Order: sequence, then structure tokens, then C-alpha cells
Amino acid sequence: MLRDADRIFTNLYGFEDVGLEGARARGDWDNTRALIAKGRDWIVDEVKNSGLRGRGGAGFGTGMKWSFMPKVSDGRPHYLVINADEGEPGTCKDREILRHEPHKLLEGALLAAVAMGANVSYIYIRGEFHRETEALRRAIGEAYEAGLIGKDACGSGWDFDVHLHVGAGAYICGEETALLESLEGRKGMPRLKPPFPANTGLYGCPTTVNNVESIAVAPAILRRGADWFAGLGRSNNTGTKIFCISGHVNHPCTVEEEMSVPLRELIEKHAGGVRGGWDNLLAVIPGGSSVPLIPKSVCETVLMDFDSLREAQSGLGTGAVIVMDKSTDIVRVIARLSRFYMDESCGQCTPCREGTGWLWRMMERLVTGNITVEEIDLLDEVSRQIEGHTICAHGDAAAWPVQGLIRHFRPELERRVAAFQARQADQAA
Amino acid sequence: MPTLTIDGREVEVEPGLTVLQACEQVGIEIPRFCYHERLSIAGNCRMCLVEMERAPKPVASCAMPVADGMVIHTNTPGVQKARRGVMEFLLINHPLDCPICDQGGECDLQDQAMAYGFDRSRYREGKRAVEDKYLGPLIKTIMTRCIHCTRCIRFATEIAGVPELGATGRGEDMEVGTYVEKALTSELSGNMIDLCPVGALTSAPYAFAARSWELTKIESVDVMDAVGSNIRVDSRGAEVMRVLPRLNEDVNEEWISDKTRFACDGLKRQRLDRPYVRRDGRLQAATWAEAFSAIGQHLKGVQGKRIAAIAGDLADCESMMALKDLMVKLRSPNTDCRQDGAKLDGALRAGYLFNTTIAGIEQADACLLIGTDVRREAPIINARLRKRHLAGGFAMGVVGPQVDLTYDTEHLGDGPQTLEQIAAGQHAFAGVLRRAERPMLIVGMGALARADGAQVLATARTIAEDCGMVQDTDGWNGFNVLHTAAARVGGLDLGFLPGDGGLDTGAIVDAAAAGAVAVVYLLGADEIDMDSLGKAFVIYQGHHGDAGAQRADVILPGAAYTEKNATYVNTEGRVQQGRRAIYPPGEAREDWAIIRALSEVLGRKLPVDTRDDVRARMAEVNPNFAAGPDAVETAPWGAFGTDGPMDPAPFRSPVANFYMTDPISRASVTMAACADALAGAQRERTGTDG
Repeated sequence: MLRDADRIFTNLYGFEDVGLEGARARGDWDNTRALIAKGRDWIVDEVKNSGLRGRGGAGFGTGMKWSFMPKVSDGRPHYLVINADEGEPGTCKDREILRHEPHKLLEGALLAAVAMGANVSYIYIRGEFHRETEALRRAIGEAYEAGLIGKDACGSGWDFDVHLHVGAGAYICGEETALLESLEGRKGMPRLKPPFPANTGLYGCPTTVNNVESIAVAPAILRRGADWFAGLGRSNNTGTKIFCISGHVNHPCTVEEEMSVPLRELIEKHAGGVRGGWDNLLAVIPGGSSVPLIPKSVCETVLMDFDSLREAQSGLGTGAVIVMDKSTDIVRVIARLSRFYMDESCGQCTPCREGTGWLWRMMERLVTGNITVEEIDLLDEVSRQIEGHTICAHGDAAAWPVQGLIRHFRPELERRVAAFQARQADQAA
Repeated sequence: MPTLTIDGREVEVEPGLTVLQACEQVGIEIPRFCYHERLSIAGNCRMCLVEMERAPKPVASCAMPVADGMVIHTNTPGVQKARRGVMEFLLINHPLDCPICDQGGECDLQDQAMAYGFDRSRYREGKRAVEDKYLGPLIKTIMTRCIHCTRCIRFATEIAGVPELGATGRGEDMEVGTYVEKALTSELSGNMIDLCPVGALTSAPYAFAARSWELTKIESVDVMDAVGSNIRVDSRGAEVMRVLPRLNEDVNEEWISDKTRFACDGLKRQRLDRPYVRRDGRLQAATWAEAFSAIGQHLKGVQGKRIAAIAGDLADCESMMALKDLMVKLRSPNTDCRQDGAKLDGALRAGYLFNTTIAGIEQADACLLIGTDVRREAPIINARLRKRHLAGGFAMGVVGPQVDLTYDTEHLGDGPQTLEQIAAGQHAFAGVLRRAERPMLIVGMGALARADGAQVLATARTIAEDCGMVQDTDGWNGFNVLHTAAARVGGLDLGFLPGDGGLDTGAIVDAAAAGAVAVVYLLGADEIDMDSLGKAFVIYQGHHGDAGAQRADVILPGAAYTEKNATYVNTEGRVQQGRRAIYPPGEAREDWAIIRALSEVLGRKLPVDTRDDVRARMAEVNPNFAAGPDAVETAPWGAFGTDGPMDPAPFRSPVANFYMTDPISRASVTMAACADALAGAQRERTGTDG
């Protein structure tokens, strides 16, 4: 269990002053100038050594990502874009940072910007986050007023501007290149890669897109040292992580924990355990709606980190733990997710545009059992025809929940088919 | 140069190519729907997936740039499976109504389904239906067939320069359309029909008219403007069913204008299919012998200088050659091929050609447009100018009508004063042209077909010379005349111009009105003022009952461009040959043969018996015709035009209504519908119009 001393987001719940004074009291903006003075290479190395992996879902090394930015500008400006379009179902971690710890994000943004030679940062915030936008806007105002950002930020000699952009409610705009398209004023449709944003991103300039949490933990890493951060969790899965536990638990909550905490411990210590006791657990979606579910048997032992969940054929994703007890109609759950991915498909590329609708329609029939056993195989095959064949990861995200369902609940699916067919036979008789 | 391995073969290709292009270079065809070499890369159909070693998942070869050491597999089971999957997805919501689809037989989806499709569907759910969209009178939409490749959107935005198409909705509800339903305002919109890989966009006039395998395909040349677009004429029996573009990188790439494509229904209407002779004030059907003898009677004893001939905009070189020779035999110096009165003489070829060549536009870095609305006079050249504009670093100034050319231009002025300032180096744009490495100018008929045309021409020559448009070192010649008539350059090349003491078009009309000219021979000339021809005996040889035929005393029915093997010279001076797709209707005959037959009746027999004889004669008159088809000879520079003061009246484009410029397009129902929907032309309506 994470020691209080190691906690980064000490005001995650907003019990203390959210403003600049309160943030300073918690250690934010403390001699940031000195951190900047150590230079961009030091910042990048420190973040690399900390082992921080992107908190947006894909888990790519943050320091590594920053190092892809050109060392010397070819005349084009560099941009830091912060992805605050938190829309993954089940996930509510970034909004807590935006509401209660906005200065951690802004300080991190400044340090990250220095690390990648950017003087401008855009924060793309989810349109539905009205209060969060207010809080962040207030914090940006405070920071400008105090000279922490803007011209000669923190007296470091580095100019740094932050622009806030409010999205319009499309899930796909959380995909980094669709986010850039949207930011440029176009329809949010993912771009082809290559070219990667680090080379040709926002307005055709070198750009890095980072998740809110990845940026917000950077000041703590730089202040306390890479070794401290790397000492938490286990190798390749370091640091702390904000988990959002929802569903059939006694006390749904958002909590910062050490990486690699056992799933069972996470649920029982922080969320008051599964409703009706651990044995009443059916399955857990451990990382937001995009990752395959894991049944109770896996939940017993799995650790909440990138590698352990990957071994369990799932993923850490955003760290949003959706707990389902035995009262859950698991097929309806996944059918609802399929509906979500169909609705949110941008429609650009064929497999996702056509396949997500097909998946959802078959899932709907699967809910009632009005489907054949062969079609369950077809369902799996269709999901694999989508997976890996699309421009962005939305296709994968649509396919994985269905694959997870078939992988772990095949007997239940076949039972439904048999029950439906028996009912049909009864009615016919 | 990067070296990559494709299916075990090492290939060295140019950097910057995509994997798909590299595969094509070694003869491996990659299936695709959204990719098109002339459009930006969308990468959305996912049909072109290939496997790349060290990549976790298949990559879209159309969008992946080549890199050294890449290892590509295009024929593994994995690739096949991926493509089959994509094909299945494309087909689940496709209506599979091929038997009633006009794209059937020439459909990319149909063809590729043969290679990657299943023989039955696994899709048990309801299929998507999409409401059809209105895109104007030319494009019929069946949007349920759309596979969302976005080629049409990219064409409209990039090539045509009218960003009017887009996709609304998302996911499987995404629809291609104009949002606010209205006709596309492009002169190139028909090309979207060719680009559409399925039957979502098809030709409205051609709907349900024929199947592609029933058609006889003939490669020919277009005459609707002076570009000489390369076309394919598809016919069935005695009917031209449709006109399609033919690839020619130097002229039209693979585009044609809507007039080129859709005016062909005009070939079936208002046709002159037998000779007529005016008797008792009325045109009455006659035999060829009667028509010829009527002409013979009227020419008997008439002095040569009282005879005149005017060649129209669609005349072919063979007939102009024959008529010119006949007029010489009749001792008439009054011949002219410039029925619009353009002040161009045939003395120096460089003075009336598009010297830069159409493809050469891409090398230019500054351009001055003088008295021309390129978009309506030659949409294909306008597309090339736009292409050059998009490449960047291309300053464009306009003197003349201020119109939307689909790209940014600087409007410098309306008429000759501005031109004088540029010529005198007093205008800022003169500096732009001087600083450019390869400047060019295009002078249109709006500047030359006026009383002071020769002076405008001289001023344009001065600008060309002073601004370094004519360069000896690398042969760059930036002086360009943009013609509007397919016949014009051929006529000038053959010297179909007033001889010694001869009259030009304007003078012929005046002389006819005054009675000084007794016989006027109109070779398809319809654009002159017929009411001013006075009491002259008018012979009209042509294919449509247009203005000339109305006024005629004798009508000799000729062949339209799809009905004869004939030579045309485009505005660049490119000699091209059109080929016969169908026979002329009724008793109509090939034009040079009519003149040859008439010459015999008149006792002035021309010494040509075959088309080859006429062509040999053409080559004798102008060696450019000997160079064979598709040749563009560089014309040497020299003096032309006449120095003198210019009329300050502003330049006006001769093309007021793009869709109706010649007898064929005026007879076309489709072009009339376009004029109503798009050109905003106030056509005269009769009492029976709805």
C-alpha cells in the first residue's frame, strides 16, 4: 500500500485549497526555476530513468516520447499538447487532477515544454468537463499572474504560453492525431502514421501529445528524483497510478496507489470490497472499457500494472477498474460497449466503420440468445478482422471487449443460445 | 536511393515513393479503392494492406513511405486474410445490385471482389440504406453504394478547387454530400464519375443507356475547346453513347471538362442529314447533285473577289485545306478562320501558340493572365494552373475580368491601361515577373478579338520580352495565346487567312451587307452575325442546324468530330488526329470529301483523291503537319503584333456561358440543363417552357 509520504496527488479529493496558495503549500511551483536550470536533457533523462509510462492507456515511455522531439528547431515551433479529453468509459482520474490539482498539471506542462523545446502548450479538454474547465482556467490565470507561466516563466528565461481548448464531445478526439485534427478546426479523424506527431504534428510542427496524469506527475519525479519514482511498483511498471474503481463495490472511489498493487487488494482496501463479498465477483474490466474483461479467477492474483495485465490478456489502460458482481448480465454489458464503439467510430476507415456496427448487431442478438453457435465464432472472427487493420486504435478497442467476453464466457454464451432455441422449440410445439 | 525487399525481390526505388508505388514498379499490383495517384493520400479503405517485417500489424501500403531495408510481403496468407476481411466489410452494407448498376462491368469493387470476395454473405443483419443526394444535372447518385473512399471529396477540393463536397455524420452514418443540396459548381465535376470506384456516382445522362461491354471504343480528340483533350468515344450502333477521358500527361492528364464529356447528346439533335436548297424563300430537301448545281449556278461568272469563305470553330484541318485550295482556284482572296475577329496573323507561329505547353505550366513560377477567364475557356488548363498554384511559389496576376478561377490571383486591372503600366515596368507586378525565373503570360481571345487586338498582342509581346519570358538558354517561352476554338490554330497553320487584298471576317460580313461580296461559304461558321450578310448567297457546310444553316441558301451536310478521321491542332500547336467512331447521319459526308466533290462540279477539281492526299498537301503547306500526330514543334521567336494605342475598354471573356459555346453544345439537352442549373444564364424561354 502506498505510503502517504509517497503520494503525489495530495489534494486529489479537493479537501484543501485548490488555488495557487494551497498548491504552493503542497509543494507545487517550489523553485521550479532550479529544475528548469538543469536543462532539457537532464529533464528528459530523469523522466526516462523514472520509468514513467504514459498514463493515457497505451503505456509508452514518457521520457522516450519526449526524446523524439527534434533537439534543434528547424524553424518550426514545437508544441506540447495535453490530452485532457478524458472520455474512456469508467475513467475519472484526469478530471480530479483538473479540478483539484491543476497547478501540478501546469507546472508539469512547463517542465515538459522545456524538455521538448516548446514555448506553447495546448490543453484539449473534454467539452463535458465544464467545472474542470473553470478550475483549470482559474489556475492558468493565477499562474500567469504570478509569473509562473507566460513570458520568462518562473524567472527561468523560458517563455511559455498555455492555451485551453474545449472539445465538442467526440470520444475519438481523445486519440492523439484526431485530437490534433480537432484542434486545427477540422473533423476529428485520426491521421495516418507515419508521419508521427513528433515530426509533423499540430499545424505540421513537431508535437508531443501527453495525457494529463503523465504530465502532472513530472514535477514530483524531477523534485524527488527518478530513483524514488522507480522504486515504487516493480521494474518496468514504476511509480504511482490513479485508479478509478466503479461498479459493484461498496465504496466506488478514485485513489492514488502504487503501481503493481494486486487488484484484489485495491478493491478491498479502497473500495470497500465487492458488493456481497469477494465470492460474489463475476468479472472486472481493469483498464477502462477498451480492454478485455478478466474473470474472477484471474482477478484473484493479477497485479494492477501494464505487464501483469498484459499477461492476463487484458491491459492496464487508463486504470479504470469496472467491477461486476454476479447479478450482472455480462453479455448486455459488452453489447452496450459495442454500441458505444459503433457510435463513436469516426467512419473514416472501412473495418471500424462497417465492423463496429456488425459487432453491435450480433452482440444484441447474443444478449437474447438469438444467434447460432457458429455465429459466436463469426463474432470472434469479425472482431479479429477489425483488430489491427484500422488507422487508429479505436478498432482494437471495439474488438477487445468482445474477444474478452468470448474468451472467458463462452459456456454462458452457448447456454443462452441453447435456452433461446429451447424456447423457440417450446413455442413451436 | 532506398533499397527494399518486396516478396523476396530486392528493389531500388526513388526516395519519397510509397510502398504501393514501389510494388507497382516491380509489377506487383496492390488492390486499392481510396488511393489515386493524382489525389492526396487518405489511407482509409484499408484494401492495400501489406505485411512489413518488424511492424506489429499490417500497414497500408498507399500511405507508407519507403525506407531503406524495408521487407515487404504482399502475398502471405495474413495479407490475403486482411484484404478478404476488408472486402467483406465493404460488401456487408453494399447493395449488391450490380445487375441494375451502371458501373457494372467497370466497377473496382466488382473486379476486386472476384479476387478477394466470398461467394456468399455472412451478414445476417439489416443493411444500411442512404438517401441519394442531388449534385446537379450531370451526376446521378446512388449513395447506398458508396464505400466512403472520399475520392470525390478529394477531387472536388484538390483538383477542381470547389470544396463543396464533404462527409457528414460519423461511423456507419457517415455520408458524402454537399450538406446544403445544390449542384456542384465545377466545370470538371464529371471526372468524379470516373474516379468513383463503385456505382455511387454515375453519369446522369448515360443512366441505364448501355453496358460497357456493348460499346465500341474509339480513341479520339475533343473539339469543344482549344485544349484538344484526348478522349475515348464509346458508341453503340449509330449512336455515340458517351465520351470518356484518355490519359495524356501532356494535355489533359486524365481529366476532361463537363462540356467535353456531356455535350455528346447534342450530336443526336438538330442534325443536318441531307442537303437543302432554298427555293421560293424556303429551305427544301434536295439531292447532293441539286445542291451542287445550285452552287454552280450562283458561282457562274462571279468574280473571285466577290466570293468569301469563313471557317468555323469546329472545322478540321483537312476541310480547311480543301476549302482554302478551292478558294484559291476560284481566285478568291477572302478567306478567314477567325470568325471571332481575333487579330492574329499566321506570319509567326510563336505569336499565336501556347508556347509554354500545358505541361510546361508546372515549370513556371509567375503568371500573368490577360483578358481570359481560363476556368470557362479551358477548364483543363485551369486545372493545370491550379495544380501549379497548389505546389506553391506561383504568383498570378490578372488583367481582365475578375472571376473566381478556383485559386488565388491578384487582380491588377480590367483593361489595357494596366497592361501598358506593366509593359512600361511601372506596375509592381512587372517586378514580380522580372524577378521570376520562368515567368509566363496567357493572353486570351477577350484581349485579342477586338479592334485593337493587334496592339494588345504587341503589348503582350513587349511584356514577354522585357520580363524575360523568352529565354534563349533553355528554350523557355512563357508567351501563350489561349484559343477558344479547336479549329483556330489549324486554320492559322494552314493560312486560312485573307490573301493579298483579301477581306477578314468583319470585312466579309460588311461587304456582304453592302453587296460587294455575292457568295459566302460558311464552313461550320455559326458565330458571325447572320443578319448582316445582306443578299449574299450563303453556302453552309456543317453538321448542325444552327445559326448558319438558318441563313443558308444551300446546306451541305457534313460530319461532326466523332464521325470523321480528321486532324486538329490544339492551342499548343499540337497536331492530333481524331478518329471516326460512327458514320455521319443520313446523307451527310466527311467534310473534305464534300469540298472535293464540289470542286469537280465547279470545274476546279482539286488534285486530291484520298485523305492521305489532303494530309500530304497540308504537310506541304506547313511542315508541322508532317511531324506526325502528337508532335509539338517549338516555334521560333520573332516580331508580331502592331504597335499602337489601345482602346481603354476593359477586356471581356468571350465565353459567357461555358455550357453553350458551339453548335453541338447548343443542341445538347444536358448542357441546357447545366446552363439552367449552374451558369445562371438567362436563356430565352418560349411560351411552352414550364
